[in-house]
Amino acid sequence: MKHATAAAKFVANDERSHWHDKALWFVREKRDRMAHSVPEWELLRDTAAAIKAYTMTHLAELLEQFEENATKMGATVHWAKDAAEHNEIVHGLLRDHDVKKLVKSKSMLTEECHLNPFLEKHGIEVTDTDLGEWLVQLRNEPPSHIVMPAIHIKKEEVGELFHRVLGTEEGASDPPYLAEAARTALRQKFMEADAGLTGVNFAIAETGGIVVCTNEGNADLGVSLPKLHIASMGIEKLIPKAEHLGVLLRLLARSATGQPITTYSSHFHGPRPDGELHIILVDNGRSKLLASDEFHRSLNCIRCGACMNTCPVYRRTGGHSYGTTVPGPIGSILAPSRDAEEHSTLPYACSLCGSCTDVCPVKIDLHHQLLTWRKEIAAQGYVSLDKTVPMKLASTVFRRPWLYRFAGRIARTVVPWMPRFMLYNPLNVWGRRRELPEFPKESFQQAYARRQKNSGKGE
Amino acid sequence: MSSRDTVLKAIRKSQREATPMPTMEQDWLRFDDPIEQFTKVLESVGGKCVQVGSRSEINDRLAEFPQFESANVRTSSIEGVGLPTVSVDTIDDPHNVENVDFAVLPGNFAVAENGAVWVTDEALKHRVLHFIAQHLALVVPAKNVVNNMHEAYKQLSFENRRFGTFISGPSKTADIEQSLVIGAHGPRSHVVFLVDDES
Repeated sequence: MKHATAAAKFVANDERSHWHDKALWFVREKRDRMAHSVPEWELLRDTAAAIKAYTMTHLAELLEQFEENATKMGATVHWAKDAAEHNEIVHGLLRDHDVKKLVKSKSMLTEECHLNPFLEKHGIEVTDTDLGEWLVQLRNEPPSHIVMPAIHIKKEEVGELFHRVLGTEEGASDPPYLAEAARTALRQKFMEADAGLTGVNFAIAETGGIVVCTNEGNADLGVSLPKLHIASMGIEKLIPKAEHLGVLLRLLARSATGQPITTYSSHFHGPRPDGELHIILVDNGRSKLLASDEFHRSLNCIRCGACMNTCPVYRRTGGHSYGTTVPGPIGSILAPSRDAEEHSTLPYACSLCGSCTDVCPVKIDLHHQLLTWRKEIAAQGYVSLDKTVPMKLASTVFRRPWLYRFAGRIARTVVPWMPRFMLYNPLNVWGRRRELPEFPKESFQQAYARRQKNSGKGE
Repeated sequence: MSSRDTVLKAIRKSQREATPMPTMEQDWLRFDDPIEQFTKVLESVGGKCVQVGSRSEINDRLAEFPQFESANVRTSSIEGVGLPTVSVDTIDDPHNVENVDFAVLPGNFAVAENGAVWVTDEALKHRVLHFIAQHLALVVPAKNVVNNMHEAYKQLSFENRRFGTFISGPSKTADIEQSLVIGAHGPRSHVVFLVDDES
């Protein structure tokens, strides 16, 4: 579906669209306060960009190093070339360990792989334990944000949902009350789980360890009770050395939610003494993206979500209007590299304001890449007629000064007299939510010439 | 070809010209009084810092916390501290520590810039205690407060199979309308004791 079509549904509710906008701007402001409190913020961003650049130009050897060291620590490393293979590996592990109930902490990779429906089909009960993620799971919808999955849901809606599912008081919408109800229900899930699955924020090649960051403590609870811990990670999550975490952990939470660090930043080196740790390295299109001269830098993303929180289009249209696992500016770069035709409208869901580039902690040139995608999508022929026809027309006019002057004169004379239906009709998408400005009597050139004449020679 | 080789081959084919490894030796943020900064930041993330002269003072200070006074099940892995009612080392299955109301555990060092304390499962049978207890107190030598995360990683080596985590404040969520709720899945309160006379 076109972004504009999906977005129209969201913005039709004007109050909700503005509420959503404000909620994200609040997070953006918290991020600003945190960034400004660190004097070496720009040095951190430069260093983080250099760490990721080093990683991407040494990725194969770092992956091998990671595999060797993780294995030494007692973990088992698996490789999956695509989503299907990843899901098969997870299912195989769960089957071998006779797992009926799995608790998951937030993992955008498993969303990308559509792991939940796959496992449920095989009779495994999957519970997403991050509160926001659990909310969207109970509502049977995808997350609308990578860090705040339920940012689009109002507390009254959570109240209704919990009343239905957990039997909380009807009409209750007090966040502490609702969160307490979720805590009680999810504690039970943690206690009953046969295995825990987490995503990975960073994997350290030098030590063979993985780092998982949460605020709720759900990842740690989920993998410290059962004996089986499965960690799913995209191959781009690697970093060369542990000391690089000093830079990346200083940036991640400050950029994401305006916290100085997440509550828990857990480092797993091997399994528990009596447990098993399986790490699945997933490609699923990443090596293809690495090969792209234009878009490989999007692999540097550490998934903080700052580009979404600041994006004027994301804030007003909501994450679901992108129709992808990762929405917003970074999602609009990643998605077309999977399927340019399907996601051809996403690079246009952008005003090219460049705010995303300004806040990105690893300095991805997001808005440049979005602009490049537009060229690419045009070259591949996926731009719709309502964009190509006016552009061709404009190009014809702008290349001919005489035609430009003539068209201007005609427009100034005729348009003010034209009836509304001729100007604002389904053919004119531009006029859907906009009014034309009042037409001046003379062109800029005429006004300029007159001004020059009046002031004598002029300057 | 195995998936491993397929993936590695694809990466090698598109590997770009090498860029240099950046240095971590920079003039990073330092504080005039790291303990004061740690205390301030920890409070801003919902925790509390109490500085004491020696371990023997901790029990008296703990008594000032209602959540400690009302705790039915207490555990501690620090000798003479926390008035434990159970010894979790006698429990085999981590699921059975679920009823712990208050846990007192050691922390290796604290980080001034973000209020975090580094803890590990060294000499701790159930690492889950950090996350499953209703309330948590960490005991850290006051001289082990570093300025920033770069200094923190200089303290750490990951040569052994081990679990370690930075904990900054109590468990929390803002997933319902960005409204901050303390006590998501883990501890509902978090206090750090900085002990002056510990080495």
